[in-house]
This record gives sequence, C-alpha cells and structure tokens, in this order.
Amino acid sequence: MGEVTLKPKVIFKVPIIAETITPDNFARKSIEEIAKLEVWEGNRKVTLGELFEIAGTPGETPTDTKIIIEGDVRKVRRIGYKMTDGQILIKGPVGMYLGEKMEGGKIIVEGDADSWVGTGMKGGQIEIKGNAGDYIGAPYRGDTKGMKKGTIIIHGNAGNEIGCWMRGGTIIVKGNVGAFPGIHMKKGTILVEGDCAGRCGAMMKGGKIAVLGHIPSILPRFTFDEIKKSFKLKKEKIKGPFYLFTGDLNENGAGKLYVSIEKNKHLQFYEKYLE
Amino acid sequence: MELLIKNGYVYDPINKIDGEKMDIAVKDGKIVESVSSSAKVIDATNMLVMPGGVDIHSHIAGSKVNSGRILRPEDHYKDVKPRTAITRAEVGHTVPSTYTIGYRYARLGYTTVIEAASPPLKTRHTHEELNDIPLIDKSCYLVLDNNWIVLDYLSQGEINKCAAFIAWILKALKGYAIKIVNPGGVELWGWGKNVESLDDQVPPFDITPREIIRGLCKVNKILNLPHTIHVHTNNLGKPGNYRTTIETMDAVGDLANGRPNIHITHVQFCGYAGYSWITLRSGAPEIAKYVNNHPHVTIDLGQIVFGEATTMTGDGPFQYILHNLTGNKWKNADVEAEGSAGIVPYKYRRKNMVNAIQWSIGLELALLIKDPWRLFLTTDHPNAGPFTEYPRVIAWLMSTKAREKTMEKINKRAKKRGVLASIDREYTFYEIAIITRAATAKALNLENKGHLGVGADADISIYNINPMEIDPSKEYKKVRRALKRAAYTIKGGEIIVKDGEIVKSFIGETFWVKPTMSKDLEREVLKEVSEKFKEYYTVSLENYVIGESELASSKPITVKTNF
Repeated sequence: MGEVTLKPKVIFKVPIIAETITPDNFARKSIEEIAKLEVWEGNRKVTLGELFEIAGTPGETPTDTKIIIEGDVRKVRRIGYKMTDGQILIKGPVGMYLGEKMEGGKIIVEGDADSWVGTGMKGGQIEIKGNAGDYIGAPYRGDTKGMKKGTIIIHGNAGNEIGCWMRGGTIIVKGNVGAFPGIHMKKGTILVEGDCAGRCGAMMKGGKIAVLGHIPSILPRFTFDEIKKSFKLKKEKIKGPFYLFTGDLNENGAGKLYVSIEKNKHLQFYEKYLE
Repeated sequence: MELLIKNGYVYDPINKIDGEKMDIAVKDGKIVESVSSSAKVIDATNMLVMPGGVDIHSHIAGSKVNSGRILRPEDHYKDVKPRTAITRAEVGHTVPSTYTIGYRYARLGYTTVIEAASPPLKTRHTHEELNDIPLIDKSCYLVLDNNWIVLDYLSQGEINKCAAFIAWILKALKGYAIKIVNPGGVELWGWGKNVESLDDQVPPFDITPREIIRGLCKVNKILNLPHTIHVHTNNLGKPGNYRTTIETMDAVGDLANGRPNIHITHVQFCGYAGYSWITLRSGAPEIAKYVNNHPHVTIDLGQIVFGEATTMTGDGPFQYILHNLTGNKWKNADVEAEGSAGIVPYKYRRKNMVNAIQWSIGLELALLIKDPWRLFLTTDHPNAGPFTEYPRVIAWLMSTKAREKTMEKINKRAKKRGVLASIDREYTFYEIAIITRAATAKALNLENKGHLGVGADADISIYNINPMEIDPSKEYKKVRRALKRAAYTIKGGEIIVKDGEIVKSFIGETFWVKPTMSKDLEREVLKEVSEKFKEYYTVSLENYVIGESELASSKPITVKTNF
C-alpha cells in the first residue's frame, strides 16, 4: 500500500478548505503533482505544497493509497471530500466537514474532530478516537439530506444534534452526547453509550436511537411501547433491558427510542402504562 | 459615447423588423439614425440582435425575497461564483443575492425587470433592495387588493376616493401598478379562512372578490395607469381552478374598450382542471380558448422548470396548503392591514405526475394562445423556477423535438392528462422577441423599452447565433446555450456584458408612476386616510411615505388621470 505523509509547515491561523486531500486525488500522482493541488487558505488560492511538507509515494489506485497527516489540522476543513476508497489517518485534531459526502474508504482521527463529521456521507467509515463537535452525520444548514450509509464511531463525547436528518447508516458514540440526537431522523441507527443531554429523537420519523446512559426525560410526543431485553445493532446484540418509546407523534413518526432501564430509575413511572 | 452595431440580424417586433440585416447606431444612451465615424463598432455579423429583455413578473426584491434567502441557506452554498474585478461574489440559485440577480439578468440579455408584489408597508425594504440590484432597470407593483383602506372605499362604492387614495399611495411609495393577490382571500386568512369563489363574502368589509377586482379595474381606468391590474387569481394552485381564472377574466370584460384591462399572472398555477390532485388534468385549452376570443386579457406563463424552486407569494393561505402538501419548511407572515405572504421551498420532479402536468400546462398555454402580443414568458421567478432557466423554456417553445425529449422523461400518466403531445406549433425568433421583450414593454407601456426604433433607450442584447442558418427545431441545444450567455448586452448605451461576462457594473433606474391629481382631492383623501391610519397601522403616516431621495436612481413617470 502506498503512503503519503503530510506535515503542516506552520500552525494554521485561517481556515483552509482542502477538498483535494483525498486518496482519489492522490493516487497515481507524483509528490510534485500532489504539491501542486489547489486549496483555499482564507480567501486565497494556494497549493498544497505551500502548506504541507509532503513525502512518500501514493498507490496506483485510491484503494491502496493511505494518507497520513501528522500534526494539528484543526483549521483544515473538508478533508476526504467525496472520497471513494483508501485510508486517511490523522494524528492530531482535525477541522470541520471531515469526510463530507464520502462514499467509501476509511478515515481515522487520533485526536478530536470539529463539527459536521461525515456531512451527507454515503458510505465508508469514520473513526474518531477523541471527541467530536456538533451535527455529526448531519447535512449542512438548511438542507434535508443527511447521512445515507456508512458508519461513524466516536470514542469520546459528541455535541448537539448528531444524526440530524439522517437517512441511513450508523453512528456510535462511546461517550456522552449533547441535546437533540437524531433530530428529523428518517432511518438509520444511533447508539449512545454514555449519557444524553435530552430531547432525544425530536421530530424523528423513523430509525432507531438507543441511549445506554442517563437521559433527563423523554419528550411528551413519544409513547411508551414496551420493555425490550436487548437492542440489535447490525448483527450485534446489546443487552438491556430497555424502555422502548415510539415517536415523534407530532410528525406521525414511527421512530424507535431505546432507553436503558438501569440508568434511568426516574423513568420508572412509565411502567404503570404497561397494564 | 457612440456605438455602432454592424451587420446583425435584427428582430424588433414593435417596429415590425423581422430578421433584417441592419446597423444600429447608439448615441448618449439612445438609439439614433446615424453616428460619426469615430463610434466604437461592434461586429454583429451572423449574430442575433434584439432589444433588451423586459421581464414583467419576477420576485427580485422585498422582505419576502429576503425571508426566502434566510430560510434557504442551502440554496446559497450550492451556487457560488467568486468575485471578479468588476462583480461582487455571486451566491444563490433560486433566491440569489441582489447583486447576483442583476448580473444574471444582464447575462441573459434582460435589461428591465419588475418586482411582482410588494405590500405597501414593506415597500421601503423593496426599494432598498432594488437600489442594490445593479445593471437592470426595475420597478415594483404594489399589493393593494387586501388593503383595509381600499376595501373600505370599495365596499362603500367610493371609486373616485379609492382612485385618489391609490394615486397617492403609488406616488408616496413609488410603485408602478396595482397588484391583486387572491382578492378577499388574503384578508380572510387573518381569520384562518379563504375564499373559494368570486362571489364569496369577505365578512369584515361586506364585499366579494368580484367587486374588488371590478373596483380596482375601474380605479385603474380612472388613473390611466401605464399597466393594467396585475391579478393573481383566487383558488390558485387548486385542482379545478381554471373556472375561477376564466370567471376572473370575464368579471371585467364589460369594462374594456379595445385595450387590455386585466393581466392574469402565472396562469400555469391557475389552469388546473379535474377535481383533485389525483384526477388533475390540464385546463390550458379552455383558458387559451377564452384568451383567444377576448382581447381584454393579457397573461404570463409561470412556466415550470424541473428542479429546485422557492415558492413565495403574497397568498398566505395557498402557501399554507403547499406546506401541508409537501411537509417542507415554511414561513408565513401577516402584513398589518395590507396582506400576507408565505414561502415554501419546492422541487419540481419529472416523475411526479402533478409536476409533469404543471409543466405541460404552461407550454400548452404558450402554444395554444395565438396572439403572442398578449402572452409573456415568465417562470414567476422563483416560484416555478429561477429566471436563469428562460433559455430552456424558449428551447421548448421553439422546438417540438425539445418538448418530445423532455416528454420521454416525465411521468407517463401525466402525458395523457394534457394535449401537449398533439401540438406542433414552434415559435420563431420573431415571436420569441415578442413574448420576452416587445409585448411586455408594450403591456407595461414603457415607450422607450422593448424596441430599437430611433429615440428608444439603447438597451440591446446580442446573441452569438445565426438565425438565418440555424434550425431551432433541431438545434435547440445551440439556441439554449446562446441565449444563456449573451455575446453582448448593452444597457443605456454602455456595454455591460461581453461573451457572457460582466464588463461594467452600475445601478439602473427605478421607475414609478406619478398620477396627476387636483390639490383639493388629494387634501380631502389624505385627511380621511390619516384618520384611518391612526386606527389601522402601527406606523405613522409620515414614516410610511418614501422620499424620492431614498431611491438610488429615481425615474418618475407622470400619468395624466381622468378624474
């Protein structure tokens, strides 16, 4: 597998829009050609070579190309834009729109990620070892086409409105999440292993959300269905037991919301509706 | 500055010039007989030369357009063009920024555009935005049909006083014509209701839509305004509404004296037959039959173009229905004592039966109405599609093949619900020049626009296409491409576009009418109005009036009234 290493020459101060950093763009190119790829630094067009030290050799196809970014790229946006295959490994924090519209391949971030990870994602996998910002897998503002396929795994915490307008795929957050996970969601799965700040599944029409940690309350637009022993995530079974709610009824939705019984003793009053 | 446009094929329907090879001389922003030998020469050999386009109905400015921009960030980041040395950055597709609107119209070869609906109270905002739209000349219609003061006068039968009030308001707010939007229905929307026919009562005022339309038509006649009343009918966007449309046209038939006295706008949206969305079919043949037999009516199309659109009208109840139909995000607003407005983003899809029928209704109307002087090309920007798609509509009108190509892709059931497949009329360049320039300028009574006779404003568009050699029926794609980027656009004698790129930018004029009125009548009406104002409005009358200095480039048109 061919590897290309990018090292920031300086600490970036203005936002950099780097749609060109993808295995698809790097494959079959020489280092000189890669250095000539254009990116926007603020309102100026510059080349990749002006911002990064580039080394290594890319593979023949995107599939066997691996891009390693070493250093702080928290100002660099849109890395992995529309990538179809291959790998990107980022050893440090990364900026917004990581893996926007990506269709395949894998992105691993060893630091934190900013908001809009996997915006409008159509396939592939993104794994973030640190924390992530808001709007994970969501479309950009105003749009209604969120993540469609693929997987996003976040080992730390995530912000608000993750999985907004989601149309498919999976988001797994091992830490805690902010408010409104799965807002406007239509399909797909969100698993929150930590706590949720609340308003889970607001305006959802379909799909599944499971919260294994604490949740302050369930929105009144959800009805309590039953107690489930487990929650199915692909082929894996996650043991509960869970309260299962359906909603959002304001939207005539049929979304499923699983909430851990063990961590949410304050929701016990729902059990009286079981009779 | 002098210009000489040499050897172009000129299409100038007002002066009955049909593809003649001739030179056009320009001096100091006007078209003249001849110029000196030092004039700058534009070689238009084998090119198509037409007067600058005149768009009669387009939502380009005002609080409603701006709300649309705020509602749709996704519309903006998907269509972006960086700035150049002359132009500012362009953003927006269906609701572009003010600057973008000016640039894009100029690229199409359009030089005059009228904002289609501005509630009087929001007209200051409209003018602020019009001031920012570069290159084109512009104006705005005032929505006056659901205005409480107008309704008061009309229900009391005080046509003269109503006319005096409207004369004052047009002058005070710098408007161009009377716009009517769902008469009565918008007022009832304040109570959560709507009207369903021309003879429904509007309870607070004890008046019917028919009386409002007739009243304002009479007012228009008294004021002798350059444009007719500009009507958005009741029941717009409902199956079976073609009957209401014909009734609306017929309601003022007896008031006509040879000249058109009513303009029905975006007829595609009110030309539906059938009883529900499932049984929807085209009502175009019936409307076309009526228009062909009644010279008092002019219409514009509101042609659908498949793709993204943002529906925005002053018709609050209709927009609410549309929101419920689509589930899309929406905005609805009430303008105190004057009207309402609503915005819903929409996407027209080929495979959707209703959208496909809508598409064919517009084209059927254009092809079945025989007199091109009473039919104008619009997409009711941005309701049925952005104005940048005009070349696409022109290609459909000029080529049966283009229509057939699109028909292959649309919903199969929709094909049987209209008569489009059976029509083989094809527009000529001369007729295209009529429906996009000459007829609209004539309907607006803009004497110096829409033609290339001596004395006219030097607003000229030149397209890189040879009308003598090209067969638009077969090479419709070439026509579309050429019309999309004018080779030259000349505005007021200045070259503003060259090869589809903006080469110069400045602010065009804003027209408004100034009806003459006796001082006594004005004083009397103003006294009554100021009392009502205190009762009805949250602003004072003094703050309502827009000063001429608030317009970037004001051009009043004095109108002699028949009081």
